[in-house]
Amino acid sequence: MLVNLFLNGEAKTLQVEPGDFLLDTLQKNNVVSVRRGCESTSCGVCTVLLEGKPVPSCSLLTVRLEGKSITTVEGIQKEAEKLAHYFGLEGADQCGFCNPSMALTVYAMKKELKDPTIETIKSYLVGNLCRCTGYQAQHIAILHYLEDQS
Amino acid sequence: MKAVNIITPSIDGQGLMMGKPGYTNDFSDKNSLIIKVLRSPHPYAKIVSINDSEALKLKGVECILSYKDFDRRPFTRAGQGYPEPSPHDKFVFDEYVRYVGDEVLCVAAIDEVTAEKALALIKVEYQILESVLDFESAMNHQSIIHPEPEIHEMFPIGFEPKKNIAASYQMHIGNVEKSLAQCDVVIKESFYTQAQAHAMMEPHAVNSRFDYQNRLVLYSSTQTPFHVRRIISQALNFPLSRIRVIKPRVGGGFGGKQAIHGEIICSAVTIKTGKPAKLVYTRKEVFESSYSRHPMRIDMTLGADLEGHLKAIDCYVLSDTGAYGEHALTVFMVTGSKVLPLYNKVDSVRFHGHVVYTNHTPAGAFRGYGAIQGNFALESAVDMLCEKLKMSPIAFRQINMIKETETSPIFAIMGEGTEGTAMNMETCKLEFCLNRGLELINWQKTYPRIQIDDHTVRSVGMAIAMQGSGIPYIDMGAATIKLNDDGFYNLLVGATEIGQGSDTILTQIAAEELMTTVDKVIVYSSDTDLTPFDVGAYASSTTFVSGNAVLKAAKTMKSKLVEEAANYFNCDIILVEFNGEVFTQIKTKDSITLKALSNRLYYNHDQKQLMVTESYVGHKSPPPFMAGFAEIDLDTETGEVKVNKYVSVVDCGVTINPKLAKGQVEGAIVQGMGMALYEDVKVSSQGKLISNDFMSYRIPSRNETPELITEFAISHEPSGPFGAKSVGEIGIDTPPAAITNAIFNACGVRIKTLPATPEKILMELRRKNHEN
Repeated sequence: MLVNLFLNGEAKTLQVEPGDFLLDTLQKNNVVSVRRGCESTSCGVCTVLLEGKPVPSCSLLTVRLEGKSITTVEGIQKEAEKLAHYFGLEGADQCGFCNPSMALTVYAMKKELKDPTIETIKSYLVGNLCRCTGYQAQHIAILHYLEDQS
Repeated sequence: MKAVNIITPSIDGQGLMMGKPGYTNDFSDKNSLIIKVLRSPHPYAKIVSINDSEALKLKGVECILSYKDFDRRPFTRAGQGYPEPSPHDKFVFDEYVRYVGDEVLCVAAIDEVTAEKALALIKVEYQILESVLDFESAMNHQSIIHPEPEIHEMFPIGFEPKKNIAASYQMHIGNVEKSLAQCDVVIKESFYTQAQAHAMMEPHAVNSRFDYQNRLVLYSSTQTPFHVRRIISQALNFPLSRIRVIKPRVGGGFGGKQAIHGEIICSAVTIKTGKPAKLVYTRKEVFESSYSRHPMRIDMTLGADLEGHLKAIDCYVLSDTGAYGEHALTVFMVTGSKVLPLYNKVDSVRFHGHVVYTNHTPAGAFRGYGAIQGNFALESAVDMLCEKLKMSPIAFRQINMIKETETSPIFAIMGEGTEGTAMNMETCKLEFCLNRGLELINWQKTYPRIQIDDHTVRSVGMAIAMQGSGIPYIDMGAATIKLNDDGFYNLLVGATEIGQGSDTILTQIAAEELMTTVDKVIVYSSDTDLTPFDVGAYASSTTFVSGNAVLKAAKTMKSKLVEEAANYFNCDIILVEFNGEVFTQIKTKDSITLKALSNRLYYNHDQKQLMVTESYVGHKSPPPFMAGFAEIDLDTETGEVKVNKYVSVVDCGVTINPKLAKGQVEGAIVQGMGMALYEDVKVSSQGKLISNDFMSYRIPSRNETPELITEFAISHEPSGPFGAKSVGEIGIDTPPAAITNAIFNACGVRIKTLPATPEKILMELRRKNHEN
């Protein structure tokens, strides 16, 4: 069946099977930046923005996305680059497997929350697991990113 | 220094954050066959029959491979150098399955749905055998887990499969029994450490194809690409020269990707079908069918005199390697060799033990590699001894711990599966680490406890630790540096970037020696066709071993450059000065830029390719040291422990990249905290893994992360590149003992079985209150 949706602002018509999840659909359509970390919506690696809100794409049925707007990290390249700059200064990027999803979640948080503190950043990002960093360097980097108004 | 020991962002972080392809699965062929593995539902069984006729009829099923399709060639998946200190006790597939999740057969089909359908159509009849699920009764059990005749050890490791013993070892210095008899105070305690899951974010993944030269090319999410190449060749009897293993970016390893996972099965499918194939583990498979940390029982006996001099250590270890013996001997030996030298002033030491087979998910390499288990036992026991001596645990450590210029006879006796290497501690800043940590955690004010309210107690606890920097005389790393026109360099290394930042720090080392900037050194790592050899990312070896190789190569390149400049000036090399950009003839003041010289060498005169390769093998393994301090709040009504703050003061020599070094320590601290407090691989009484996703196996989330205060001692290791030692593992060792010591200081409850859950604490607290 066909599903019409907007991927990073571009209208797309995608051929899908009824049971396909968005993660599979994206990978079949060569969007490799959205990756699988688990099958139970518990790690955050496969996060995309659905109408601007972060959601795990591994549990989102593509057929339900008719007319919806999906953003992957390809849609926020400038912001991802900027966040990466601050991650780099703090040594907060280790294996990087979850970093595109982190960029998307941080971007959504920036739009949604006004002047978040470390505690609110932790709560907002709690679904994005990281086994490498111990998190603290990420939070410092994110605060610096949010302070940068450029 | 211009490139080393200054803040340098990782060279690849930006591209990865922006979602550029980098990981194994990003490079799979679009036409790959999808491989799915049928896994054993029984902890121990013999396969009586396999009926795959219905599955083979399914359109799109390309092949089904089981033990019937392979010669019996035992090997080990451990991913170590050759000959391995692990028993060769694994076959590609076997007619026995030895744990729930063990490989029965594999299906390769055109897509995932077809492969899954085929799996469901296959009928396997099993003869269920008596399983061994309690590691303390595994030795000499009537049920033998490895009865097959072909398996063997590569050299003596105490391998006795008929007794379910994968490895054993014993050593002693002095006479422990005699020393203990003379001690004023003796404690004897048993400690239990649990299996811990690596839980790296990227699941194990591999893909394979034949290239246009008819060679087998794999992308693999591995820590050991050169070992993977060798083991595939050995297991499948396929020529080594026809295999290329490319390690792209790896999404975390922590030791879990040192071993072979799907590489052999994936290769076998491509060899059988001629078609590209891929195998990506589900998260359940990562938990159930890869590896975990070796669970252990550690019996620790310590003896001291009344003045608090530690006189004797007697340590027996029983380790559970699960169904296969990967890293059985070496993890167990590190429990002694990288722990017991911390207290080097004893009269006698004994270390002995057994590693047993059980029908559990196999254990393998995991950051800390035995040292975290041993550290928990020793550093808990030391606090218990201090309690008995009525002595401050700080003062006790200050008297007894190893110090700079000193040594321990253990270094010479115990290596990893072989004899060790004697060495003096040219750098050991433990005293500084201890004293600085006391200040940062505010020990004086909090120790042993402060009552916060009627049910909350604040307390502190600590532990000291050591690790190593590679395996001397065994681990080899090599580096190639190539000069390009325009005066920039390629750095080719076998060293394996797995997210720890090795590509970045090796680039920094080369840039520093070549007096240039990191953007002028283009690194490419871990491709068995293109880069020189390196054992891979394990045993805290990369900074020290691979780093020294890079430094040697950069030095050689520098002298080659000076030779070429001397040719250009037509003078002796001692008259040439080089500052990284310009060569100057010091007498005539003639000069030529590196850019001009390299263009000349490419296109104009004396044309040649300047390229150098150097190798490094350590003659010692200088240990990094640290002191770790936890401040906790313990709720005496719920038993809950909240870690408020964790202070780490680390001596890893000069930090090549201070922020990445900090990241290594902090990431490891949080993993160690998980092991101390709640991470627990749980198995049902029928041998089935209960904790097989992120819901049932909880890793620390952002909300549980305490304030992390991490500092580095000023230290310069003479044998390390620019004074560096390694830092990948040391951070994980202290949290279990530091946190359980804090729990004891808070409420008098001694947790000797990890993890220290609220239930255990509360139960002990009630028992204690009842006794009073």
